[in-house]
Amino acid sequence: MSSAKRSNEPIVWFLFGVGGFFAAYFLPIHIILYGLAFPLGLAHDPGYDTTLALLRHPLTRIYLFVLLTFCFFHAAHRIRLTLSDILNMRHLNTILAFACYGGAIVGTICTIRLLAVVP
Amino acid sequence: MVQVVPAAEGKELTAMPQYTTYQPKPYRPRMSAYWYLDQWHYLRYAMRESSSFFVAYFSVITLIQIAALNAGPTRYAHFQALMHCPVIIVLNALALGFILLHAVTWFLLVPRVALRQILGRPTPDIIASAPNFMVWIGASVIVALFILGVF
Repeated sequence: MSSAKRSNEPIVWFLFGVGGFFAAYFLPIHIILYGLAFPLGLAHDPGYDTTLALLRHPLTRIYLFVLLTFCFFHAAHRIRLTLSDILNMRHLNTILAFACYGGAIVGTICTIRLLAVVP
Repeated sequence: MVQVVPAAEGKELTAMPQYTTYQPKPYRPRMSAYWYLDQWHYLRYAMRESSSFFVAYFSVITLIQIAALNAGPTRYAHFQALMHCPVIIVLNALALGFILLHAVTWFLLVPRVALRQILGRPTPDIIASAPNFMVWIGASVIVALFILGVF
């Protein structure tokens, strides 16, 4: 098989697989704390200064970059397959692929930009 | 070999037999648009795959949070006020439920496949996936301690 005709499926499945682990290991605790415990007063919100100090640390930014990038591509791949299989939108495959992976690329660019300009 | 058939009722003989080209249609069972409601297994599959929408949702929320942190204390207060909004709390609770479903199914599935490849025999799910659950708890505790400002 010539390299020009090689499928790009392994790349998206790799991103999907690694993203699946990141989403499973790390997203729940983010949702529990920032999404539920702090707003409902179940835990003490450390506030702006502490959170910004945490974000300033290079390791935090590397962590967030890896977490968000893989989560975006994981979600993009699965949303594409969910829409085409569960909602029978297979005829829109090309448009769906552009919208989903395009969205993940936009999300990644936003992540890089936001993490680069941390004060 | 061409079979010679005697002319009948004035028809011309043709040298070659004629074939109709016939493309059989593939069998396509009619599927309801709501097929995933037919069985609990289908519904569970659909719910598990739908977790991806919530992964995208909370990734965007985290991006908004980073943007608010970058923009200063006032904007971060706006972000915190947004998180207090009841609709967002309900969405977050839904997101947590769906992502927990994703996490549990993911942790159970991956070692089932991987260990079987290595050992060549099936292993009980709970033993195969125990390391995944321990890493999950460990990772969550470490991230929580950082977020809460303990470290």
